[in-house]
Formats: sequence, C-alpha cells, structure tokens
Amino acid sequence: MATVAEATAGVTLPALTHEEIARYSRHLILPEVGMEGQQRLKAAKVLLVGTGGLGAPMALYLAAAGVGTLGLVDFDVVDASNLHRQVIHSTPDVGRPKLDSAADKIAALNPNVKVVKHETMLTSANAMEILKDYDIVADGTDNFQTRYLVNDACVLSGKPNVYGSIFRFEGQASVFATEEGPCYRCLYPEPPPPGLVPSCAEGGVLGILPGLVGIIQSTEVIKLILGQGDPLIGRLLLVDALGMRFRELKLRKNPDCPVCGTHPTVTALIDYDQFCGIVPPAKETTQVANMQNGVPQIGPEELNRRQTAGEDVFVLDVREPHEFQIANIGGYLVPLNDLPKRIGELDREKNIVVHCKSGGRSQRASEFLQQQGFQHVENLAGGITAWSEKIDPSIPKY
Amino acid sequence: MKIFIPTPLRAYTGKQDTVEVGGATIHEALGGLTSRYPDLRKHLFTDEGKLRSFVNVYLNDEDIRYLDAKEQTAVSEKDSLSIIPSIAGGTGRPGNDECGASWGFAPSSSRLDEWRYW
Repeated sequence: MATVAEATAGVTLPALTHEEIARYSRHLILPEVGMEGQQRLKAAKVLLVGTGGLGAPMALYLAAAGVGTLGLVDFDVVDASNLHRQVIHSTPDVGRPKLDSAADKIAALNPNVKVVKHETMLTSANAMEILKDYDIVADGTDNFQTRYLVNDACVLSGKPNVYGSIFRFEGQASVFATEEGPCYRCLYPEPPPPGLVPSCAEGGVLGILPGLVGIIQSTEVIKLILGQGDPLIGRLLLVDALGMRFRELKLRKNPDCPVCGTHPTVTALIDYDQFCGIVPPAKETTQVANMQNGVPQIGPEELNRRQTAGEDVFVLDVREPHEFQIANIGGYLVPLNDLPKRIGELDREKNIVVHCKSGGRSQRASEFLQQQGFQHVENLAGGITAWSEKIDPSIPKY
Repeated sequence: MKIFIPTPLRAYTGKQDTVEVGGATIHEALGGLTSRYPDLRKHLFTDEGKLRSFVNVYLNDEDIRYLDAKEQTAVSEKDSLSIIPSIAGGTGRPGNDECGASWGFAPSSSRLDEWRYW
C-alpha cells in the first residue's frame, strides 16, 4: 500500500537530537521503529479533527510518540462535563479554548512537537486548505456532517482518514480513504435521517471508551507513518466495552462509490448539512421564537411568572427517569417514548407546558399532543437547562 | 442463528444484545427477528419491505450487499448476523445538535413512527 513511509521514501529525514534519542530510546530499540522510524515520526504531520473524547488521547499519545507536527481543529471551550473523558484538559482549564489547553499539555509533555492550531469549525470552504499541509487525518468529530466532510476531503486530497466513532459503550474504528481501500461512504453511502439520530435520552458515553478507541486510532496513525504492521484498511473494528469484545468486519471498496468509486460524481466538497438532511440551527438569539412548527414556545421566565402568579399550569416532563433523578422542576414525568400509551393520564383541558433537557424532545412531544387533539400545549424553550440558567441555579445542569 | 443487536436498537429487543432466531435465509432470519420484536421493523425496513439504505447487515464478517444472493443467501445455525448502525459520536457530549430546540429537523406530524424514533 502507499503508506506515508513510502511516500516519504527518499526524502531527507530530520535528524534526532541527543535529547530526542534519550526520550525515544524505548522506540529506538524496537526494530519496527528504530532510528529511521522515529525520524519518520518526527517528519510526520498529522491533523486531528476535534480535541474532544477521541482527539484528547490521540493528541497526547501522538505527541508522546514523537509525531513532529500535530494540527488541531477545534473551536470549543473546555466544559466541566468534558473532564470525565477528555484527558488532555484539566480542571483549571474549564472555560479556556480547547486548543490552548491542548497545546499547553502537548508542550509540557513533549516540547519537540510543533502544534498548529486551527481555531475553526471544519467546513466545506476551509477543509481542503487545512488538510493540504498534512500527511494523515484522524477523525475525532461528533456529527455525521463533519464525518462525511472529513471523508470526502481525505479522498479528494488523497490522505488516509483514520476513523473512530463512539456511542455509549460501543466504538468503531477503521482506516478509510487510502488508495486501494474503501472510504466511509463505501460503508455508509447515506447518513441516517435526522429522526434516527439518537436523542439526548439515548446519549451519553462511558468516559473510558473514547480513550480506548482514540488509542486504537493513534496506533493506526503511527503504523501508517512507520509503514509497519497490518493497518485497519478494509476492516471495521467493533469495540463493545460492556461485553469487552472486539469484532472485525470486512469492508469493501464500492466501485459505485460516489466519491472514491470508478466514476465519482462527488468531485468537490458539497453542502454536508443538506446532505445529512439538516437545516443549520438558526442564529442564537435570546429572544425565543414564539411558534415552532405550530407549537407555541415559552421561555422559563414566562413559566415562572405564571407559576408565581398562581395560574393553573401543568408541567409535563418528557425526559427519562434517570434524568429526572439528576434534576427536576416538579414536572409530571412521562418519558417521550411512553407518551402514546400513557396519554390517558393527561387532562386535555389543562394548560400543559412540556419540557425536556433543552427543548428538542419536548417539541416533538408537543407536536404529538397537538396531533392527538390537545389544544393548550406549549413547549418550554431551552428546557430545564434554560430554567437552571435563568430562574433557579440550584437546579444542576447536566 | 445469532443476530447481534447494536446499542441504539436494544431498546426494541428488551435490552438484549443478541437474539437467537431460525430461518433458512438472511431474509427469513431478519423476518423472524422483526416478528418477535415488531417495533424493530420500522428501523430496519422501509414501508416497501426493503432494508433501509443506512442499515448495514453483515453475515458473519461479510457485508450482505456483496453476497451474490444478498438477502436470499442461505444461512445455517452456526452463522451470525450483525446489524451495524452508523454512529457519529466522538466527544460523547449529549449533542447540542441532537437536543437543541433549534435543531432544524421538522418531523412531519402525521408520521408518528418517525417521531417514535426519538
């Protein structure tokens, strides 16, 4: 295969300093790495898209291993809820840009590594320009739009896409977009419709899992640089952390693949929001739109005003019982999926305000109730999160 | 034969991660699965009864799209089927996108089944 090692054959590799020889000695005495391999690592340029759950362990391990240049793409700031898995960020970093936090940790771990910060969202407009300076791309993103964007950009620019993905206790890893191997679109020609994207109720991830999958990705990156071993090209590794089982499926390059097939129809980056059936979120405004899809929206201030004024408001909470345990505002709990069979518990004559964590599920519940003939249904925009922010900070945010 | 159920679909199989079914072909085995767990049907098949394009099914380690007889491929008790969903998670945050009220997904209110995916 056309490994990065082959591509750089004949190129003069950078020499190692005495400090580097001491630092990498356990690599240097491995015949599969050796001086030349370590020099290849030093010469390598790897782009990490995302410095979150998957990006964090990748950045740390690739820096420790001596990858010479690490590009980081992220525009987020560190949040307290990141810390249970994004091990490159520490408690004092909460509120800092993730790129700054990550760059500091990398510099402390291995000052020989050059960090290039791309403080932006990867988009169709900038992806080719950002990718062009790198040898390998590692995908640590968290949505389908960016997954397809990274894949297509890698195919179009001829760079391997080291892929990892996680959901709850499950992970997947592979190496896509090599010359002879399949790409992400060969595996999944189309994204699932947004309605099938797991909801908040099904979200969450075991903190250790992105570590496990991110380290598999890092291993693949290193192998590609060294030209050693058997990379995950044409194989999808499935990780089940609960059962602690690893399985492997064969992936084939699809000759009809629209981007890497024999007659590609996608020859430039496209609009990935549209491709994934997503209308980009409206610009954030503090003003709550008062109607969405036929459902009146109210803010936490208005709900609070009505309750304080003693108006008769029935608050319906459509989250899951385990979320109710974390935080609740005294709503009547009927999880969204149970609503059809428990609809008889609700009084059609009452003024019902539906809420969830941040307003998505409750919107759907409101639409369903309207469809079932409920006339007085409103959605609490921003959910219990907005309630915590605007009305009662003693309600924990999760 | 054994069918591996991915996490997102376990809500419809009573939380089971594997289900034992009979059937002489892949099609029959999947039919056995969805008749035992009817709520699964909508997730795997279109209204016309075709496998959904974003649902990948593997017979042992082979994508059934690349088998000559596809869904009509004969199976034995020793075989296994894996349903492999596309998952996008990378950071594990609940996903502002998925949760936000501003998410542009507008379910057609006449389609309760689409709504039920949530």
